[in-house]
Amino acid sequence: MKALRNYLNRIKPNFEPDGKLHAFRSVFDGFETFLYTPNSTSTSGVNIHDSLDSKRVMIIVVLALMPCLLFGMYNTGYQNWLAAGAASFPFWQIMAYGFLAVLPRIVVAYAVGLGIEFVVAQWRREEIQEGFLVTGILIPLICPIETPLWMLAVATAFSVIFVKEVFGGTGYNIFNVALVTRAVLFFGYPAQMSGDKVFVSTNSICGLGYDLPDAFSGATPLGQIASFSGGDLELLNLQGNVISTWDAFLGLIPGSFGETSTLAILIGAVILLATGIASWRIMLSVVAGGLLMGWIANVFATPTYPASFLSPADQLLFGGFAFAAVFMATDPVTAARTNAGKYFYGLLVGVMAIIIRTYNNGYPEGAMLAVLLANALAPLIDHCVVQLNVARRMRRLRQSAE
Amino acid sequence: MRRTVSLTKGLNLNLEGGLTSKESVGKACVGRVAVVPDDFPGFVPKLDVKEGDMVSIGSPLLHDKNDPSVRLVAPAAGVVEAVVRGARRKIERVVIAVDAAECQAETCKPFAGADAATVRRALAKSGLWAMMRQRPFDVVPHSAVKPRAIMVTAMDTAPLALSLEESVKGKTAELKAGIDVLRTLCSGPIYIGMEKGSSLPDSDGVEMVEFPRLHPAGNAGVQIANIDPVNKGEVVLTLDIVTLVRIGSLALTGKPDWTVEVAVTGSEVEHPQVLTAVAGAEMSSLVGGNVKVDGRHHRVISGNVLTGVPVGEDGFLRYPYRQVTVIPEGDDADEFMGWASMSPSKMSVSPSFIGRFLRRKFSPDARLNGGRRAMIMSGEYDKVFPMDILPEYLVKAILAKDIDRMEALGIYEVAPEDFALAEYVDPSKLELQKIVREGLDYLRNEV
Repeated sequence: MKALRNYLNRIKPNFEPDGKLHAFRSVFDGFETFLYTPNSTSTSGVNIHDSLDSKRVMIIVVLALMPCLLFGMYNTGYQNWLAAGAASFPFWQIMAYGFLAVLPRIVVAYAVGLGIEFVVAQWRREEIQEGFLVTGILIPLICPIETPLWMLAVATAFSVIFVKEVFGGTGYNIFNVALVTRAVLFFGYPAQMSGDKVFVSTNSICGLGYDLPDAFSGATPLGQIASFSGGDLELLNLQGNVISTWDAFLGLIPGSFGETSTLAILIGAVILLATGIASWRIMLSVVAGGLLMGWIANVFATPTYPASFLSPADQLLFGGFAFAAVFMATDPVTAARTNAGKYFYGLLVGVMAIIIRTYNNGYPEGAMLAVLLANALAPLIDHCVVQLNVARRMRRLRQSAE
Repeated sequence: MRRTVSLTKGLNLNLEGGLTSKESVGKACVGRVAVVPDDFPGFVPKLDVKEGDMVSIGSPLLHDKNDPSVRLVAPAAGVVEAVVRGARRKIERVVIAVDAAECQAETCKPFAGADAATVRRALAKSGLWAMMRQRPFDVVPHSAVKPRAIMVTAMDTAPLALSLEESVKGKTAELKAGIDVLRTLCSGPIYIGMEKGSSLPDSDGVEMVEFPRLHPAGNAGVQIANIDPVNKGEVVLTLDIVTLVRIGSLALTGKPDWTVEVAVTGSEVEHPQVLTAVAGAEMSSLVGGNVKVDGRHHRVISGNVLTGVPVGEDGFLRYPYRQVTVIPEGDDADEFMGWASMSPSKMSVSPSFIGRFLRRKFSPDARLNGGRRAMIMSGEYDKVFPMDILPEYLVKAILAKDIDRMEALGIYEVAPEDFALAEYVDPSKLELQKIVREGLDYLRNEV
């Protein structure tokens, strides 16, 4: 480790303002602070600081996403094997296939996003901010596996620049950057981003997996519900068998890369809650809101809106609801910041996600729009909570004046 | 009259280098003392002495330009060795070389039982007035101020601090006299905030309020906010019980007393101990020879680790602290991927660190442990901020210099020290105390 430190010390002068590589100062700085905790000490105020910093916060979120990522790899391979009608499912081949399928997407998301971050940090003469560490892994997880790479790059660039950097960088954005990326893809390229092909990887990669025929249908459960036209509602997997609740819980269903497995998401939730990084208030109230609205929809179930036949528990298992509850709604920057506001914000996300999903057949996944809507309303929710505090103070002032 | 306020928000830091129960009280051999005007916010210093002047205990050194009767006085007798000035000739400190043989004191007529005007004059002249603070703005109060209430704190909950109550043990007469003096200053209620189960005697006409021993419950501002919050346009005087006893003693005898018990603490101190010294004593007399020789850089703090001032070994004891803390500076550490550390010796409130669950003491250094960022995590400050105030929003209003918003969010109720714990826990490492101080000064100049 000493050798590395010495090496960094030796090359550091090149990145100083008059060094020959000064254009890469922010990049060097980012790597240096990543490798070695800066030993700058406090110059004002408190003399000691808590050991927690934003690097650790972000890395813990990335760690919490790992079960989803690993399961997503398996499921991507599994769906390909399943669609090809395979009888055996070799674990390591499936994992290798899934890894190769997602790798280019992760690389593209990080390269584009971090590239912009580095440039902006250099331009503003600031330190690199860690926010994109999380965003960069979220983006591949919430997009369908067959999203073309160039679209991913365009959408990532758009949302990093226009949703985050123009507002001032990490900590100042109004909307969740990863979700806006997803929304840009969805609204910008609707033909490529919906339908029943995009959610299943259809080609063999490096000799692994199968090339699927054009005729196959890989509709997600929510997609099947949305296009349901009477008769018995049965959700089928790629081989035409009925999807059990257990399959849905494990996540062995078609869907966006990392959000199919409620189990993997739950493991992530446990990590986030145990480390105190994510707000339990938000998670709890999103789930409560989803169950409540799912129950209401189910009580008034009507064939016009087939998703209303889903039980409240199924509503939580299918689509991106669980992922949104654990990883998207809890983004501290875009969520409500007051404790009381968090309950209301979470309820809003949960209720809206089910409303959009159930009562808009054209758009089977409501969680993304629900979170973005709640992001927009979060400052308003907080404003109300803050005004209550202000009103208490004003009342006290009036009373003391009397 | 006793009542209890239960506070659940706060944090007691478990630091190494605390005093053990039976500490012998030694005597520091103080060669020089200094008075630092910066310790008295709101006080605009004007010199009353020049270098080479002889001063006795209680001689005026400085007076306030805006309120000339309020003085800062010499805590020890000797010769004015230096008037140290900084940029734009700002007076940084007045240093006195203590003459050990000289213990001449400038006495005044005992004023116990005197009328309000006499009391105010005597307090301002004695230098004790400047030891009080007021809400709003956390500044030295004007000598003619009409406070709505007075808050005396009898507990110091800061990390490794010396018990305030121990220091005034057995001084019942002075305490009583002090309270009588306060009563001439204020027609409203007088509160004493103390630790739960405290043995302080009840006094007539004083409301005794018990608080749990959970920092920052010892802050006068936190106590008043939970008893009788300060409203816009009101003034509440705050002081600690040691100052109150000094006031009582002056009122009874007319003799100034500037001796102070100082706790020498911190993980880099060889033998934590209590020393008797005088206010403004030089650090070398307090920690000299008692700092570990372990090849590390040290940070010698006058005060506690949260609000104290790093003054170095050649600095002086600053007001209002009765404590010296020595910790490792940490600028010589090379920590590989510190953010990923699983070490149980890392101190944190976050459950992502194992240390959080261990019943052990920590010896943190002065590093920021991360880079400065925008506010990312929400609700972190609230957990250690036991007042009905939304600290995050108040800080944002201050940063935006939005006066109406600051007022609405309760800036009149806070002092920088109330934000110290929030600053400690903040993963974004913002300088909250500095921000709040600047906000208070800005507001005071504007309104």
